[in-house]
Parts: sequence; structure tokens; C-alpha cells
Amino acid sequence: MNTVVKAIKKRRTGTLVTLLSFSLLLIVMISASMGYVNINTSDVGRILLWKLTNNPDIAANITETARVIILDIRLPRILTCAAVGGALALSGTLFQGILLNPLADPYTLGVSAGAAFGACIAIILNLGTFFVSIPLFAFVGAISTLVLVIFLSGSSNKTGSNFSSNNLILSGIIIAAILSAGISFLKYIADEQVSVIIFWLMGSFASKTWVDVVAVSSFLTIGFFISILFARDLNIISLGEKSASSLGVDIKKVVVILLVTGSLLAAISVSVSGIIGFVGLLIPHMVRLITGPDNLKVIPISMISGAILLVFADTITRAVLVHEIPIGVLTALIGGPVFCWIFKKSHQK
Amino acid sequence: MSLKAENISFSYDKTRPDSKKTLSNINFEFEEGRFYSLLGPNGSGKTTFLDLLTGFLKPASGTIMCDGKDINSFPKKELAQKMALVSQDYYINFPYTVREVIAMGRHPYVGRFLAPEQEDLDIINKTAIITEITDLLKRKITCISGGERQRTVFTRALCQQTPFLLLDEAFSNMDINHSIKLLNFLKKQIQATKLSIISVFHDINFAAIWSDEMIFLKDGEIITSGSSETVLTSETIKKVYNIDSKIEYNELANSKQVYFCTN
Repeated sequence: MNTVVKAIKKRRTGTLVTLLSFSLLLIVMISASMGYVNINTSDVGRILLWKLTNNPDIAANITETARVIILDIRLPRILTCAAVGGALALSGTLFQGILLNPLADPYTLGVSAGAAFGACIAIILNLGTFFVSIPLFAFVGAISTLVLVIFLSGSSNKTGSNFSSNNLILSGIIIAAILSAGISFLKYIADEQVSVIIFWLMGSFASKTWVDVVAVSSFLTIGFFISILFARDLNIISLGEKSASSLGVDIKKVVVILLVTGSLLAAISVSVSGIIGFVGLLIPHMVRLITGPDNLKVIPISMISGAILLVFADTITRAVLVHEIPIGVLTALIGGPVFCWIFKKSHQK
Repeated sequence: MSLKAENISFSYDKTRPDSKKTLSNINFEFEEGRFYSLLGPNGSGKTTFLDLLTGFLKPASGTIMCDGKDINSFPKKELAQKMALVSQDYYINFPYTVREVIAMGRHPYVGRFLAPEQEDLDIINKTAIITEITDLLKRKITCISGGERQRTVFTRALCQQTPFLLLDEAFSNMDINHSIKLLNFLKKQIQATKLSIISVFHDINFAAIWSDEMIFLKDGEIITSGSSETVLTSETIKKVYNIDSKIEYNELANSKQVYFCTN
């Protein structure tokens, strides 16, 4: 505990990242051991080692059932969850930085509404039987929304940079409002499928596969490297357009690249797991309180913290509660009050 | 290095090109090692002129030439090694420390894949001593006064170590002690390193003391320009600001000073 406090006080990013990564690994293993069938944590560790080293002796006395439960059922779900948590937190960090608005989150530009609309259409047309098509429709919906919002907010007036944060936020709200009306209409005509739609909208990690893990984590990896490369530019953008421009930051280029990166991360997350609120809004704020606003620190630490929070929440709904409740509800229920407390505390200083 | 405005016109309203222009037909060459001040009433186009010079705005017609090349042909970072700007938007959204904000002045010199080097850190520390801001380095930019923030931004611009320094009312919130110290430092730099300053002033007397050349703007046009001895006359003040005044040489300031008729 002492080292944690020291690391936080000295703002030693390296130490903090190592500590958090270790915590993430630990929580993933503990989470994998919990559930309907209890498997002990050391067995989870051995199964992992066996898979990584390909040495059959390590997992020799572990039952086949346990292996299947861990490798084919629990790990894909937990790792998808971790990747989505990281992606949402990273996306939130980027949006808050670009839009210079503390209320911004991954869904500010209407990506979630677009994905939900796409998913609703897929559900109504009963394309769900082809299995992959709901996420695919959601992703296409999210991307089309993004393109529309960027088109709407880009001004033809050539003075200054093209995207003002107000324009982007306003365009996002307008498009999201239209799409929400569309979703309501689809729910109205959906009849018995309405429960499927509602369940999808609230978010869930049930029955995720390794395909989901690979899809989200590859987006996350690429997104992370792009964000780190532009982290300093993102810092400078907070000085205001004129100053940033005079320091050699190509604002238009940086804004477009990071907006697209943040939106793609949000789009893949929503497509895979539905709309999960609060992670993208909350985590970057909490991290900034500890590390300060430097995005070179905020980006990696937010990502890992987001992963930890979401795995924690998903483990509670999956293995602790008697009935699985939608994870979107749970993150808001846990995250909301914690955020209120931190928020109140931070502006009392 | 030289900076030259050739036939610059600019208007904020692009849809009606015939409407009144913010700047029209500006021709001016800024040479190295000189202190220029831009003066004029509100809305005369001073800040717009600076924004065009830095390339933040693009002129509707005409070009800004830097060393004989159009500034729009320079990569952004290269331009940031030639010109630094202290703008009026010194409100900063996130609680960075003063040191972090100053360090951003080295951005044009740090490669995308690299971290700042020892040399950059040395420059930051040395400049902070000059601007007397060392006590503030650990404070948050959101928790210091307007004048202190202005000094932070000023320090950041100095860290850019550019041959041209553009100031947009950079002394508006600073106390008289710091303003004079910084202006004297700039004057020394002008002689030592051939630094050039282009500064927007509201205080005509301040401008008269430090400028080699005063440029008076009104309604987007240059009314007159030259050394304070030649252009600072009550006729100029009447023409530009529509105010009666008396101008005489002041020994303490070692330059001409204006006294305004207030009734």
C-alpha cells in the first residue's frame, strides 16, 4: 500500500502502469476462478501456463471440464470485457481531450445511437440467426453515424480549423436524437422481439468468443499506439487553437485522426457488447485526479483502469449476483455514486 | 530571416467578398533585429494581422512570405521554429502545472517518437529564471492569477527560441515591474540575437518607449508607420483614434509620450 501511495504522489507513471497491469492480471485470474463451477485460482494459473508454454505436465491433474470452462467459456468473456473496458476508457480520454469538454464520453458523437439503430434493424429483420450480423450491423450503423456527424460539423468557412467542439457536440446530439426516435419506432413495431432489443441495448458480455477478444483487442492495440503518438499534440490542443497552431500542431489533422480513432474504439465496443455507460466518462476523470492532465500518463493508465473496472463489474453480475443483471446498469450503479463522491471532493479543495 | 506581407486582404465573411474587409491591401516587410508595434482602435485588424502572419488564418488574397517562401508551404513544426506567439487565449482547460505548459514551448523541436532531451529541460529552466517564474513552476495553471498565467505563456513562447516573437497584448494583465523587466530583456535579445518582435499594444506610451517602428492601423489599412520620432504626432493620434492630444519628449522614458485631452 505504501508503494502505491508513493507512486501516486511522485506520479511515477511506470510504477503505476506496472502495478495496475499486475492488478488486472490478478483480477482476470480471480474472475476466471469464480462462477457456477468453482475452480481454484492456482488451477486457472496452471491452465494459463500450460497454454502459454505448451507443456502438458503443468495441467496434468486438472479435469477436462475445468479446462473447457476456463478456456472456452470464461476467458473469452473476461478478456473481451477487459478489452472493451480499455477501449471505452481510452475513447473517453480522447473525446474529453479533443472536445475540451469534461462531459464528453465515447458516445458524445452519437456512435452508440448509430450502433443501436443498426443492431435494432438487424434484430427486427431477424438477421440475428446468422449470428455475426448483429454486431456487424451495429458497427456499420456506428460508422455511418460518425461520417454523418463529421460531415455536419465541418464548416465550409475557411477561417481557422474546421471542427469546433461545439459544432461536433451539437451535431452528435442532433443525430443521436433522430436515431433515438428511430429506435423508439423500431421498438414500437417490434412486437415480441422488443425484449431482445432492450436486452441488447443494456449491454452484456454473455457468450463472447475468442473472435470477439481478437476483434476488440486488435482495435484497442492500434488505437492505443495512435493515441500515444498524438498524446503531446492532444495536450497542446488544450491551450486553445491559436496557441496550439503557433506551437506547430496541425489541429485539423490531429483532431480528425483522434476523433476517428476514438469513435472506432467506441463503435467496436458497442457492437460487441451493447451500450455500457459511465466507464468512458468516469475513468478518465478519476485518472486525471491522480496523474494530472498529461495525456502521456492519462492514456495508458485510463486504459488499464477501465479494463479493471469493467472486469470487476462483469464478475459481479456473472458470478456474485443470483441473477445476471445487465452490465450497463451495474456500471452506472457502482460508478455513479463513486463519481459523485470524487466529484464533490475534488471541487471542495 | 525576414517576414513580408504582400498585398494582404482578408475578410471574416467569406460569403460576401464585396463586404467591408477586415484588412485590405496590406504591404509591409518586417526585418530582423527590430521591435515593431501594431497600434490602432478596437476592430482595426491588429490581431487579424498577427493571425495572418503566423499562418493561423489564410489571406483572401496576397501572400505572407518568410525568407522568400510562402508561409503556407512550410511544414507546421518548421514554422513554429521561426515564429512564436503569445496570444490572448491564455485560458487553459486542464489543470496542467506551469512547468508542463512552459515545456510545451519545446514541442516544435521534439520528434513524434522521441522524448524531450536534457537540452530542452535546460532551456526551460534558464528561461524560467529570466521571467522570474521559478516559484510558480509546480503550481497549477488553473490556480494562478491572470498576470501570472500571461507570464507563463510568455515564458513558453520564449522557450520556442524563434527569430520572430509575436505578442498580442502580452502585457495587458502584467504588473508594471514585470512588464518593464521583460521588455528590457527583449530589447537586449534584439541586440544580442537579432530577435524581432511584432507586438500589439493598446498603451501608446509603452509602445513609443520600446518600438523601433510604430505601425498605426485603422479600418484594416496601415495609416502610417515609422519611428516614434517621426510618426508619433497629435495629427496621427487624431486621425487614428479621433482624440485630441499633446505630445512631448519625456526624459525619464527617453522617448516621446502622449498626453490625452479628456474633455
